[in-house]
Amino acid sequence: MCSFLVLAALAGCSKPSSPSNKILLWHWMTDRNDTFQKFAQEYQKETGIEVTIQLFAPSDSYSQKIIAAAQANVLPDIYGILDKKSIVADFIKAGLVADLTDAMSADGGAWENSLFEKALSDRSFTSGNIYDIKPGIYGVPIDVTNIQMIYNKKLLNKAGIKSPPQTFDEFIKDAQALKRVGITPFVAGWGELWLLDCFTSNYAFNIMGEEKIFKTFRGEVKYTDPDWIKVFSIFTELRDKGVLIDGIVTKGNKYAEQDFALERAAFAFNGSWCVNVYHDMNPGLDYGVIPPPPISTAFPLKIWGSSGSSFVVNGSSPNKDKAIAFLKWLTAKEQQVVLARETYNLPSNKEALSVISPLLEEFAKGMDQSTHPNIWPLNEDPSVSEAFDKGIQDIIIGEKTPQQVAQDVQKAKDLQMSKGNH
Amino acid sequence: MCRRPKTSRCPKGIIKMNQKFKGAAVIKDNFQNFFFVLPAFAIFCIFYIYPFYKMINLSFYDWRGIGPMHFIGLANYKELMGDNLWWDSIWHAGYITLIALTFQNALAFALALACDREIRMKRFYRVVFFIAPVLSEVVVGLIWNWILNPEMQNGQYIGLLNHFLYATGFPQLVHDWLGDPRTALTTIAIVNAWKGFGWGFIILLAGLQTIDKQLYEAAKIDGAGAWKTFTNITVPMMLPVILVVVILTILGCMQVFVLILTLVNEGLVNHTDVPVTRIFSAMQNTNRFGYACSEAVIFGTILVCVSFITKKLSDKVKQA
Repeated sequence: MCSFLVLAALAGCSKPSSPSNKILLWHWMTDRNDTFQKFAQEYQKETGIEVTIQLFAPSDSYSQKIIAAAQANVLPDIYGILDKKSIVADFIKAGLVADLTDAMSADGGAWENSLFEKALSDRSFTSGNIYDIKPGIYGVPIDVTNIQMIYNKKLLNKAGIKSPPQTFDEFIKDAQALKRVGITPFVAGWGELWLLDCFTSNYAFNIMGEEKIFKTFRGEVKYTDPDWIKVFSIFTELRDKGVLIDGIVTKGNKYAEQDFALERAAFAFNGSWCVNVYHDMNPGLDYGVIPPPPISTAFPLKIWGSSGSSFVVNGSSPNKDKAIAFLKWLTAKEQQVVLARETYNLPSNKEALSVISPLLEEFAKGMDQSTHPNIWPLNEDPSVSEAFDKGIQDIIIGEKTPQQVAQDVQKAKDLQMSKGNH
Repeated sequence: MCRRPKTSRCPKGIIKMNQKFKGAAVIKDNFQNFFFVLPAFAIFCIFYIYPFYKMINLSFYDWRGIGPMHFIGLANYKELMGDNLWWDSIWHAGYITLIALTFQNALAFALALACDREIRMKRFYRVVFFIAPVLSEVVVGLIWNWILNPEMQNGQYIGLLNHFLYATGFPQLVHDWLGDPRTALTTIAIVNAWKGFGWGFIILLAGLQTIDKQLYEAAKIDGAGAWKTFTNITVPMMLPVILVVVILTILGCMQVFVLILTLVNEGLVNHTDVPVTRIFSAMQNTNRFGYACSEAVIFGTILVCVSFITKKLSDKVKQA
C-alpha cells in the first residue's frame, strides 16, 4: 500500500507533457499574492485560461525550491530565478528558460518598448556575453526597484537640519547634529550581506568608476589599491563618528525597516519596496528619498536598481505561448496601474508611472543613475564577495583596519585566480 | 510431512519431498516477510540511502546546483582541510554544546530534583519549564532578539536586558550582546541552553520517578545524609538516563542553525558560524553545492564518531 502511495505521489510529481488551458505560476511575493490571485480570476474571465498562482515564501526557500524543481524537471510554466546572472545562464543552457525576444519585438517591439529598459536588461543577454548565451531577452520584469537613502523629515527638523545632505561630509555633519539631540543617525539591515554589498558598491562607483571596478574583478587591479582602501575607510568613518545604529552588522532588513518606521533612526538605506512596508508599519511616517550622498566628484555615484521582481517562462513547458501571453497581459498598463496602487511598488511599465505616489516618483527619478550586478559585464567570484562583505563587517565592529581587510580580500581573490576563475 | 516416529524407517523419497516442501515454505515465508517489509525498505532507500549516496557522490564534483557537473576528485575535501573558517565553525558548535552539557544539563537536573520532591505547585513548574522547548526556534530567536536589543529610543533602552541592567544600577554592564565578538557566541550558547533545558528536565524527571523510593527509605534508616543519598543512590541509578540526555544534547546542539539565523542573521562576521550555517552559506551564497556536500560528509562523520565514542563510554559506565 505504502509503495503504491509513493509511486502515486511520484507519478503526481511528473510534468504534464501535453498543452492545456491551465498555467501554473510560482512566486515568492507575499505582499503581491492577493493582487496576483485577483488577476488570475480576471484573466480566466477574459480568456478562459486558468492561471494557478502558488506562493512559496520566504525568498530563500523559494530559491531552493526552484533549484530542486529544476533538477527534477518539474518547474511550473512561469517562475522567477532569484539568483545571480551566472545561475540564470545555467537555467537557460539547461533549456529551462524560454527566449522571449520574438514575443517582445512583435508588433514593432510594442511590448519591449512599454517596459523600462534597465529592468529588461536584468534578464537579457547581449552579444559576446561571458556566459555564452544566445543574445536575447529571457525574463519579464513585473516591477522595478532601486535602493536609496531614506530620511525622516520630522527627526531632521528636530535636529535643526533644514534639507537632506547633498554630500557625504554634510551627511556626517547631520549625523553629529542628530546625535547631539539623542537621535540615532543611520540604520540598515547589514546583517544581510547583499545590502552591505550594495551600499559599498555605490561608493566604489563614485570613488573609482566602473572600469576600475571591473578591472578588479578581472584581477587587473588589486583590492589593496588606494581607491579600494578609500572605499573601506568609509566604514571606519561611519563607525568612529557614531553614525551607525548599535548592532547593525547582525540586523536583518526587516528589523531595520521596523526601526526606521518607528522613528528610531533618522536615515535608512533601503529599496523602493519600503514604501509599502513603511505604509503598513506607520502610515503617518513623513519621509523623503535621496541618493546616498556622494563622497567624491571624480565619478557619478550609482545606485542599485533594476527589475524588482521578474518572471521567466519555462522553456520546456507545453503551455509556453499561453504563459508568454499571460505575462504580456500582466505587464500591460491596466494591470501595472493596479499593482502600483495596491502594492506601492514601482511599475515596470513606463506608461503606468503616471499613477504612482510622490514618494515612488522620487524613487523613480533614481532609475537614471541605477546599475545592478545582473547587468554588469562580469561579477566578482562569490567567495571573494563573501570575504569582502564580511571584511566590512569586521571594520564596523572594530576588529580590522581597512588595510587588513583589503589584504584579506586580495588573498581570497588570489586564491580564486589561481583556480582559474575570471 | 513425515509424521512417523524417529525410530521407524522413513523412505528416502518421502524425506526428499518433505525437504522440498520445507524449502518452498521457507521461500514463501521469506517472500511474505520481504513483501511486508518492502514498503518501508523502499521508503528508506528513496529518502535515506539514495540522498546519502547522492550527497557523497556530489562531494567529488564542482557543481553550482544547475548546469554541468565537473568531477574534481578529492579537491573539495582538500580545500576543506585547509578552510580555517570551517574548523572555527566546528569549534563554535563544540563551545555551544559544552555550555549545554554543563550549564543547561546541570540546571535541568537541579530543577528535575526539585520537582521530584513533594513541593507545592509542582505540576505548574513542570509546565513552565517545558514551555521553552515546545516553542519554535524562530519564536525563541525573535523573543531573545527583543530581550537583547542594544538600541535606545527617547533615552530608554529598548531591549529588556539592557533596560533592566540600567534600571537596577548597573549601567556599566549594558552591552551589545550579539554585536560584540567577545560576547556573541556565549550569548547564543546561553539562549540555546534556555531553549533546550526543558527537554533534559523532562527526561531526567521521568528517570528520577523510576527510582524505587524504598532505596531512599533504607538509606535514611542507615543514617545517610542528603549528599550521600544523592551520590550513592540518585546518581548511579540515573546514569543511563543522564547518558541519554548527554547524547541528545550533543547531537542537538552541534546542529544548531535556526536559532543562529534568527539571532544574528548571516552571522557576526565569522564569529557565530557553526557547521550547518557554513553548509547553508556554501549552497545559498556561493552556489558551491559540491563543497557544501563535502562539508556535510565531514560533519556527519564527526557526529557519528562522537555518538560512537559516547555510546562506548556509556557501555563502560553501565558495566562499572
